[in-house]
Amino acid sequence: MSNRPTEDALLPQAAMPANSTVKMPVGVPGYTLHEETRQAPASEPPVWPINKDLQYVGHSAHRYDGPDKASGRARYTSDVQLPGMLYAKFVNAALPHAKVISVDTSAAEKYPGVRGVYVVEHVLGPAELRNPALDRGRYPVVRFAGQPIAAIAATTPAAAQEAATLVRIQYEKLPFVVDLDKARESNAPPVFPGPADEEGSAGGGGGPSDVHQTGNVHGPSVHRVRDTEQGFKEADVIVEGHYITQVQTHSALETHGVVADWKPGMLTVWASTQGTASVREELAGYFDLPMSQVRVITEFMGGGFGAKFGAGNPGVVAAALSKKTGAPVRLMLDRQEEHLSVGNRPSSDQTLRIGAKKDGTLTAIHLVSYGTAGCGTGAGCAGPATNLYQYASLHTEENDVFINAGPASAMRAPGHPQGAFALEQTIDDLAVKLNVEPIDLRDKIDNHPVRRVERQIVRESALWKSRSPVPGADQGPVKRGVGLAQSVWYRFVRTNCAAEVRVHRDGSLEVLSAVQDIGSGIKTVLAQILAEQFGVPPSQIAVKVGDTNYPVGPDSGGSVTTLSLTPAVRDAAWQAAQKFLADIAPALGVSPSDLVLVDGEVRSGSGKFQPISFRRAAAKMTASQITAQARRVPDYDPSKYLTYGGVDVAEVEVDTELGRVHVRRVLSVHDCGRPMNPEQTISQINGGIIQGISFTLFEDRLLDPKYGLMVNPDLDLYKIAGAREIPQIDVRLVEAYIGQSSTDASGIGEAAGVVSIGAAIGNAVYNATGVRVRRTPMTPAVVLAALRQGGTQA
Amino acid sequence: MNRFALADCTTIDAALSQLKDGAVVKAGGVDLLDRMKDGIEEPQRLVNIRNVAELRGIRETLQGLTVGPLTTLAEISEHPGIRAHYQILSDACGHAATPHIRNMATVGGNLLQRVQCWYYRSANFQCLRKGKDFCFAFEGLNQYHAIMEYTGCPSVAPSSAAVALLGLGASVELTSAKRGKRTVGIRELYVVPDANPTKFTVIEPDELLTAIVIPRPAPGTRSAYQKYGEKESFDWAIADAGVVLEMDGPICRRAVITMGAASPVVRRSPQAEAALAGKPVTEETARAAGRVSVEGAQPLSMNAYKLDLFPVAVYRTVLLAAGLRGRDPSAAG
Repeated sequence: MSNRPTEDALLPQAAMPANSTVKMPVGVPGYTLHEETRQAPASEPPVWPINKDLQYVGHSAHRYDGPDKASGRARYTSDVQLPGMLYAKFVNAALPHAKVISVDTSAAEKYPGVRGVYVVEHVLGPAELRNPALDRGRYPVVRFAGQPIAAIAATTPAAAQEAATLVRIQYEKLPFVVDLDKARESNAPPVFPGPADEEGSAGGGGGPSDVHQTGNVHGPSVHRVRDTEQGFKEADVIVEGHYITQVQTHSALETHGVVADWKPGMLTVWASTQGTASVREELAGYFDLPMSQVRVITEFMGGGFGAKFGAGNPGVVAAALSKKTGAPVRLMLDRQEEHLSVGNRPSSDQTLRIGAKKDGTLTAIHLVSYGTAGCGTGAGCAGPATNLYQYASLHTEENDVFINAGPASAMRAPGHPQGAFALEQTIDDLAVKLNVEPIDLRDKIDNHPVRRVERQIVRESALWKSRSPVPGADQGPVKRGVGLAQSVWYRFVRTNCAAEVRVHRDGSLEVLSAVQDIGSGIKTVLAQILAEQFGVPPSQIAVKVGDTNYPVGPDSGGSVTTLSLTPAVRDAAWQAAQKFLADIAPALGVSPSDLVLVDGEVRSGSGKFQPISFRRAAAKMTASQITAQARRVPDYDPSKYLTYGGVDVAEVEVDTELGRVHVRRVLSVHDCGRPMNPEQTISQINGGIIQGISFTLFEDRLLDPKYGLMVNPDLDLYKIAGAREIPQIDVRLVEAYIGQSSTDASGIGEAAGVVSIGAAIGNAVYNATGVRVRRTPMTPAVVLAALRQGGTQA
Repeated sequence: MNRFALADCTTIDAALSQLKDGAVVKAGGVDLLDRMKDGIEEPQRLVNIRNVAELRGIRETLQGLTVGPLTTLAEISEHPGIRAHYQILSDACGHAATPHIRNMATVGGNLLQRVQCWYYRSANFQCLRKGKDFCFAFEGLNQYHAIMEYTGCPSVAPSSAAVALLGLGASVELTSAKRGKRTVGIRELYVVPDANPTKFTVIEPDELLTAIVIPRPAPGTRSAYQKYGEKESFDWAIADAGVVLEMDGPICRRAVITMGAASPVVRRSPQAEAALAGKPVTEETARAAGRVSVEGAQPLSMNAYKLDLFPVAVYRTVLLAAGLRGRDPSAAG
């Protein structure tokens, strides 16, 4: 969990409007649904009922832009073609640690087609020295192989690439370290000459800056709840495990990149980003431009997973080259650069000890973690241990270990897949030691009301019922097992976002927000909200997003987009509808309160006139356009329902002769407040499960220890789950109303399976074989070694 | 990628006449273009033979099969005659790479692809196979490397088709404009790195691979190939096995066992073959053959796990070939 101040906390607090008391549905229909009262601003629209009583919201709708994406019409950043556009290419460091003595670009500048050369002045991404004076020298110190040093802009991609090879860089080599264990040794080459910190981004990532640093070890960041010494004394049983997880890269299909067009008075940037606002802020700050002179556009986005906030090095360099050359500049990273220089999920090395009473009550949790975020920070992974269960005492120590590798960035549920991999397997170990079912133990120690329902759904599932209570029960070399694990994520709300809704006299409707659709489908949801409010089908709504010319949207990180933006959109839609009805009521000879918008018609509640179509009613507007803007109001009761999550069950087959783990089926039971569009929500969970399986079994960023270079910077030997690795995934979406906003939506991206599936697979492997695999990726080499050792410490 | 001249040919003679001045032949282009994009090969001249119709197609003769080198992996794997009598070949071609690549990749290109060692494939490492005097794999990351029959370079044979063709006793026809045709066996096609690390095959610069000739298997022959990776979709073999059994009722008269991902050049396992010859094929004899298939292996620092995998690959593929077991769900699908 990010304990750093959120963007909201940094802004002055808005005054709270006058409140009124409302009754809202809360809980899970069919299980715990009840009514609770809330204080909501008086300006809020009427409370929505649960999904089954709504017409469009809460029901599956196909993707707003599905046909565009499927047909290739969708214009991604790399599809943008501007007249006179130049193509830029980075020149990257080929060494993991070095001082740059000189950069000679003269030959490159003379190369035919080259229009501009830029030498990087400040590298964005790595941790920054607390005392910047320790880095003396004209150029930034190279701290990882692949660090950008310069860039070329030329009339063709080939010319840029060829000229890039002509840049002569003179280095003074420095000793380096790329191995976590070696980097912790007292005589390890220091990655930084003094303490260094990395700020967090909107989606998490980065680490604490108020901690001690010894050599390459940045930490520990210590968190204590009561006294674990006492807790372990009171324990009847103690379980312990040592867990290791690898570095994973985001590997979005679309690499990082921008097209920058610097014109007098306006810098326009098309960016593959999770935050149009974050790109604008960084560019305005870097180039000292007023916000009004920077425009960022993200029409379509090919995946980010946490790595695409801010302008970053590509954004700054493309803008600088555009300014210098007077021409638009495209700078898209290639796959190798994508692996090396724009983020990753940090590794972890965790020692976890849990004490419990005979009845399962947890008396103490003690976690010491080391992990590397390369030359960045953010390897903490204590979130699950801290936030999933009830305990009498807790002690966590999180350490970042610097190595000479690309800086990490936020990656889907930062720290949580790592933390849950250790925690949820150790909880299963505890269940074995206490001789109770793992699902029953969780009922004892987890008081989250929605996960209780989710476990009930799991308990009643055929998959869970098929689990053998005896580990390793199957005869023969291929053994089947079933395991579960739980996830947790947090409700982060961004009130710094707004939307505008327009009603035109021709009956057309549009919604505008600078929010970017990073692939999770916010466009479709916005159309559904207007449809619900105006009683017209979503297909009639025009959704305009991904442009900072529109009202500011939230950055999409931390699962904030839907829950932050949709209440503002609904409020704007409701206000626009009220204005619209007030405007046309005189022409219809009724009072506005007599008018109803339903089924594409405007009707009189008292039957004063025959229903007329929405379009005919709009023609009675007294202006060509009615608009309303609304900003997100704070949650109605921010003290309640701060976390959500789910329970994932994996069925695996372990071929014990080959060490092969195959995931056959997954049951994924998740909650995210009011699901706005179940089809899209399920798609998010499918994606999280697949990404989590890929992390658990296959992906690994491999650095050669002697040369400090990544040996698999591609999508071939960097192995990602393919079609045959993807199991049957059954998602059970749990509606869990929490009474927090006019839409009562929550987020799903982070909690969606990726947190818990690794531990569920680990627990299933144990159930299959009686052996615990405490290391990812669970390759044949790793699994065979674990089987040979019979499950002793990895 | 460097700039290069492109000669587009539609006949064998035209292609042969273009093989000069350091020209490199491009068929499907799957592996060659990867090498060019990664900056490890910079040919000044490409001879595109993709459209030489006479190099494509499968001909069944009394003596066996003649396969044009431009025949795609997909065409081979789907060919009814090959499926019926040369199962090992249809298995190997049908489980390489991905469906997309199999539709584009030619069998000739598959045979002639370069090793996948990540040091060889990276422009950052100037290794033995690129004319330098150092191999990075011994002290570096070698989990996917060879466990036997290496000295200078432990990269492994990458071609699945070669594992099958070696099992079938196939040979290739090489044609030169000056010297005419010659025939070499599959094993002899490859140059072991110790002999000449930069020369991957015996093909001379003016020669073109013009045919793959496969003798007709003896009556009673059954065969199979299986590949094991870390993934099923789109992965290289970490272990594989080709098995050709000449059966006389329940007795195996003669066995050929081939392996790819164990050594720098595709190999036969005489020990495994001897373990089966003259014996009934049973789980017991198959496992015995598997056990001895890694006899003499010397794993590197990170690949001892392959000593467990090859015996399993061999015994399960022997049983598959003999019809005593189905296709292994743990093998690449």
